[in-house]
Amino acid sequence: MTKKKVYSFKLFLMVLPFIILVLLFCYYPLYGWMYAFYDYKPPKALSACPFVGFKWFSSLVSSPTKVQQIVQVLKNTFAMSGITLGTSWLPMIFAVFLNEIRGVKFRKFVQTVTTLPNFVSWVMVYSIAFALFNSTGMMNSLLIKAGWIEQPILFLQQSEHVWFTQWLWLTWKNLGWVAIMYIAAISSIDDELLQAARVDGASRMQIIWHITIPSLLPTYFVLLVINVANFLNNGMEQYYVFQNAFNKEFIQVLDLYVYNMAMGSGGYSVSVAISMLKSLVSVVLLVIVNGASKAIRGESIL
Amino acid sequence: MRKEVEPKTKIKISAGDRTLEIICYIIFSIAAFLCLYPFYYIVINTISANDLSAKGDILFWPKGIHFHNYSSAFRIDGLFQALKISLMRTTLGTAFTVFASAYLGFMFTQEKMWLRKVWYRLIVATMYFNAGIIPWYLVMKNMHLTNNFWGYILPAIVSPFNLILTKTFVESVPKELQEAAEMDGAGVLTVFFKVIIPVIKPIMATVAIFSAVSQWNAFQDTLLLMTDTKLYPLQFVLYQYLNQASSLASLAQSNTSTSSLAAAAATTQTTTSVRMTITVIVVLPIMLVYPIFQKYFVKGIMIGAVKG
Repeated sequence: MTKKKVYSFKLFLMVLPFIILVLLFCYYPLYGWMYAFYDYKPPKALSACPFVGFKWFSSLVSSPTKVQQIVQVLKNTFAMSGITLGTSWLPMIFAVFLNEIRGVKFRKFVQTVTTLPNFVSWVMVYSIAFALFNSTGMMNSLLIKAGWIEQPILFLQQSEHVWFTQWLWLTWKNLGWVAIMYIAAISSIDDELLQAARVDGASRMQIIWHITIPSLLPTYFVLLVINVANFLNNGMEQYYVFQNAFNKEFIQVLDLYVYNMAMGSGGYSVSVAISMLKSLVSVVLLVIVNGASKAIRGESIL
Repeated sequence: MRKEVEPKTKIKISAGDRTLEIICYIIFSIAAFLCLYPFYYIVINTISANDLSAKGDILFWPKGIHFHNYSSAFRIDGLFQALKISLMRTTLGTAFTVFASAYLGFMFTQEKMWLRKVWYRLIVATMYFNAGIIPWYLVMKNMHLTNNFWGYILPAIVSPFNLILTKTFVESVPKELQEAAEMDGAGVLTVFFKVIIPVIKPIMATVAIFSAVSQWNAFQDTLLLMTDTKLYPLQFVLYQYLNQASSLASLAQSNTSTSSLAAAAATTQTTTSVRMTITVIVVLPIMLVYPIFQKYFVKGIMIGAVKG
């Protein structure tokens, strides 16, 4: 009996170092939320800084300019996440129609090539965007040669259509990658079902509409739930590399705003406060969406 | 991987189906072009005459081919150091993550472990919440992991996503293998190294490619943690070059050995040429490794998708 317990504990000790790593890098940062309640000034230790309670939280809504700024940031976040959510069916359609291609080589080629951008970092995407769309880049030289414009267009310094162009880059980067999951799901559709439909004289569009798409919906809903839960988490890398003085107003999403507040203007405490609110809202969203998914579809992703 | 959907008996293809197929071919050709051309564009510009390239004349094929851009890129100060950091974090980080994922994936299948499910959930839960980058940064600073190479490695060792992938794979290995080895007196570590590792190699390859790509591409951690230029990886140096490249061309040029005047215009480094050359240097390893590993991660994703 005791020997069994010793062995059971020994197994635990064997994974303990890794559990400690997780505690340090994923759970200990939650303690960093403390900073939101102090007036933290970097060289000083936290203990030497005055405790200010909810000052930073109330400061977020204290002045009209501040409110205006935050409303704009929220607008950007909602717009970019909203466009992504609204077009979340695109990878599914991509996979469905790619599957209609009968040439195996062509299909494999398209699949390989369209997943490639996913493996390129945002810095490199920006570098590519720069090469193609700066004043002497591919797009401008083409347009000038065609005689459509006389002066180069500064595509990357536009303050208009920022939400849309950022969505385009995001789609360029990960459309093919997300489609892989649907392609995997399509390959597991029952063959007999397809055969039966064909024998009954169903056209390909009918097969797509009545068999393929319904069998992909479970995958779609799982990804949708994850997307909704991440509504406020756009990440900052994409927007950080693409931001400049001209588009800053429309490109600052919450994650980037938090970074700019802390690293740009030294407002550590206030940006921790925003981070904290954002994380709490995200967890609540996740729980709600997961609950809804459980209630409606009887499936939980957690 | 994909079941053949062709019917055994020939069924007449309707005109509608034919049109559908043609439209698909056209749309996917455009998609493939959009994904491939940007890379091609950059590559042909780095090997073309730099004066033409700076004017935006190189659109579809290289003109005045030369390789000076590459030979001079490596004369830029700091580029070699950045390459070294990128390679170090990629190899070390990948090795640690692959080992940790395989080891933990196996250990968490050991039902005798004390509070096994609690620990496993503790790790997996970290996929769903995040303290935020600034609290993370402040904590990393407390642990003296800012301006420290290990700041790249330690936080990445345990990755819940990769852990789920490997654990699922280990669970598909017949239990009898381990039981037979234990009958012969093998301890749990012997079972892991001698029995499990040889059979879970495919999933280890998947984890390796995911982890290597994310280490090679990482940018944000440098932005947050590192101010010491000696610790900048290629990604970060490339980003800096994109933003302050005007002085860069002269930097590369001043180090170039004297070239004849006649050829000068075509091979003189311009800001455009330097940026694009570095981009190619950073992208190339991924482009080369990617097709080889593609089959592994497609498998990996499918395992994850079935489980998820």
